Amino acid sequence: MSIETVKLAVIIPAYNEEASIRNVVISINKLQVTGFEIIPIVINDCSTDSTKKIIKELNCVSLNLPVNLGIGGAVQTGYRYAFENNFDYTIQVDGDGQHPASEIPKLLAEILKGEANLIIGSRFIDKQGFQSSSMRRLGINFLRNWIKIFSGITVYDNTSGFRLMDRKLIELACKNYPDEYPEPESIIIFSLKGFKIKEIPVEMLERQGGESSIKAFDQLYYIIKVSLAIIYTYIRTKK
Amino acid sequence: MAFEAYYSYRIQIISIIVSFAFLLYVSRLIVKGKLREEYAIFWVISTIVLIIFSLWRQGLDIIAEVVGVYLAPNLVFTVSIFAVLIYLLHLSVVVSKLHDKNKVMSQELALLKEKMESLDIKKGK
Repeated sequence: MSIETVKLAVIIPAYNEEASIRNVVISINKLQVTGFEIIPIVINDCSTDSTKKIIKELNCVSLNLPVNLGIGGAVQTGYRYAFENNFDYTIQVDGDGQHPASEIPKLLAEILKGEANLIIGSRFIDKQGFQSSSMRRLGINFLRNWIKIFSGITVYDNTSGFRLMDRKLIELACKNYPDEYPEPESIIIFSLKGFKIKEIPVEMLERQGGESSIKAFDQLYYIIKVSLAIIYTYIRTKK
Repeated sequence: MAFEAYYSYRIQIISIIVSFAFLLYVSRLIVKGKLREEYAIFWVISTIVLIIFSLWRQGLDIIAEVVGVYLAPNLVFTVSIFAVLIYLLHLSVVVSKLHDKNKVMSQELALLKEKMESLDIKKGK
C-alpha cells in the first residue's frame, strides 16, 4: 500500500437487515479499486433481529446505536466516524442490497474529476434496473420540482441514498444532517451552503430483504413532511 | 335567594379545596424531585390564579367586563384553552431539544463503544 492511498468509508445503515446485510458487506469486501482503501462501516440502528450478531462476525467496522435513531441519525453516526478517522470520502450504501457494490467505481471516477462534492447515483437518468413503484415515482417527481424551486438544481433521483461525498461535505453532514427522510432535505442544505451536486446514472436492484424505511401508509406523510422541511431548511440556511 | 347562595358557596368551597389539593400535589412532585422547577412554575402560577378566583368571587365578572367578554365563563374557557395550547407548544420544544441531545449522546456512545472494542482487540493480541 502506498502512502497515497485514498480512504473510502462505505456507510451502511442497517435496521433489521439480517437477511441481506451479510451479502452487502461481503460484496464491499470484494470490491477493489486501485489507489483506494475501502472500509465498510455498518451502523446498526438498534436492530431487534440478529443484525448485531451478524455484523460482529463480518470484516467491517460496526457501530451499534444504543437506541433507534432512524436512518438520518444512523447515517450521521457513520459520517462522524469517517470524519474522526480521517476518511477522504464516504459512500452510503443501503443495508438491504439495493445498491450494488459494482456501481461504486462509477461514482468514484466521477468524484475524482473534482467537479462536485456530492455524487448521487440515480435510477432515473438511464432508466436502467429497478425503477420503484409508480406512486413513489410520482412523489419523487413532485420533490424534484420542489427542490428546484428552493435550490435551483434538478436532482432526478432525490430520494436515492446511494451517494458519495468528499471530506468537506462530510464535515458539514457531521453537524447538520436531517433525522427523518434525510435525502431530499440534505440536497437543499448542501446546495444552499454552496456545495456542488452531480447525479450520474447507476443501476439499482430491488431490495434483497427487510423493509423499506418508507412504508405504504407513510407516503403522504413523507411528502408533506419533506416538503415542509425543505421550506424551513431553505429559510434557516438562507439566514 | 338563600337557595342560590347555598349553591354558589358550595361550588366556591369545592373549587378552593380542589385548587389547594392541586397546589399541594404539585409541591409534592417538586419536593420529591419528580417535577423540575422550570416546568413547575406554570403549574404553580396557574393554581395560584385558580385559588385567587375561587376566593375573590366577583373577580371573574369584573375582569370579563374590563376585557369586553359578556359571559364570564367564556373568558375562563378562552384563557385556559389558550394557556394549555401555549404550554403544549412549549412541551413540544422541550421534547425536540431532548430528541437532539439524545441523538448526539447515542451517536457518541456508539462511537466510543467501537473505539473501546477496537482497543481491546489490539491489546488482546
